[in-house]
Amino acid sequence: MAYVTETEAESPAESDSNDSELDAQFLALIDADERIEPTDWMPERYRSTLIRQIAQHAHSEIIGMQPEGAWLTRAPSLRRKAILTAKVQDEAGHGLYLYGAAETLGIDRAELLDRLHTGRQKYSSIFNYPTPTWADIGAIGWLVDGAAIMNQVPLCRCSYGPYARAMIRICKEESFHQRQGFQIMMTLAEGSPDQHHMAQEALNRWWWPSIMMFGPSDAASIHSSQNMRWGIKRFSNDELRQRFIDATVPQAELIGLAIPDPDLKWNDERGSYDYGEIDWEEFNRVIAGDGPCNAERMERRVTAHEEGSWVREAALAHAEKERVRREEVAA
Amino acid sequence: MSAWPLWEVFVRARRGVSHVHAGTVHAPDAEIALQNARDLFTRRSEGVSLWVVRSSDITASSGDDRASLFEPAEDKTFRHPSDFELPDAVSHM
Repeated sequence: MAYVTETEAESPAESDSNDSELDAQFLALIDADERIEPTDWMPERYRSTLIRQIAQHAHSEIIGMQPEGAWLTRAPSLRRKAILTAKVQDEAGHGLYLYGAAETLGIDRAELLDRLHTGRQKYSSIFNYPTPTWADIGAIGWLVDGAAIMNQVPLCRCSYGPYARAMIRICKEESFHQRQGFQIMMTLAEGSPDQHHMAQEALNRWWWPSIMMFGPSDAASIHSSQNMRWGIKRFSNDELRQRFIDATVPQAELIGLAIPDPDLKWNDERGSYDYGEIDWEEFNRVIAGDGPCNAERMERRVTAHEEGSWVREAALAHAEKERVRREEVAA
Repeated sequence: MSAWPLWEVFVRARRGVSHVHAGTVHAPDAEIALQNARDLFTRRSEGVSLWVVRSSDITASSGDDRASLFEPAEDKTFRHPSDFELPDAVSHM
């Protein structure tokens, strides 16, 4: 679950390679649709762009556990609870696949976590919104994971091998997330008037933040072209956003929920839905730290990490004791 | 703050196939590396057996070695049966 295009706002735009022969070989591999692997030469900016993007993606996965984790103890049935537990566990797993991929670029996992904890790296701003009702869990799976899938499927063909491989695993699992969310929404929408209302309210809360997940509009997204040239990005923000909207609107209609956009209407000529103006001020405000849950999310993350430090230390001490014991037995 | 070392994880998907590299985990020792690998890579019955090995124990060819290691094989196409044309009369060989 996550959104990677925010990264672009910080990523450097042009290649810094002064070794033109290596750079030419590198670009030839990309042109041939080959993957770049960890031991290959790569431009420093390709490396730093990927570290930032993969790390932000990983951070988003683990922060994303919080809004859903909030409902683990309150899921409406044992089955829903088991499903949500599995989903939250998957998010942890996705974070770990991605931290592993980032580490192949020569950066340490502890350093990445430190960058998150000190605010030097970001996570997707979508996770700064609260989950006040059970229907929000449905909306997150259906919309947030649905938008993430749109973003992530093209990343399965990203030019950097370890990232692409991590994304293949993630996309396989993400599909379960979206379906479970849609099923929650469908069930509520078919339920009592109160339940239907709860589903509609959740859709109202999550629709706009979800379509903002694709990042700034193409006109405002200044760094897309370098990432496209490097095979990190394959489709523009607006292209993916449009695809998501076109796929999602009929799903909402099917379950009798209304998309909260008065300007939304089918455009026969384009074969797509036209949609209303996105409030980019809100988007920028939440990225800048002024979302409803930014402080709470970071506080929880840092506290969890600090409270877990004795476990990490004890496990290392135990491992060392066992190692010495084995050596003594062998001697 | 001491960090747990990195381990490479290999998964045998089913009987009859080799272990294949799946990714990495951090763990203080081999036993916990196996547990973590189990949690991370086989949540959906993706494996019937796991290997973990300390990443620092792997010796890898480097990108720079590529030409000297692998290019000599490129002009020895005669190692492949397709390099040998057979008369039409010989249908299987």
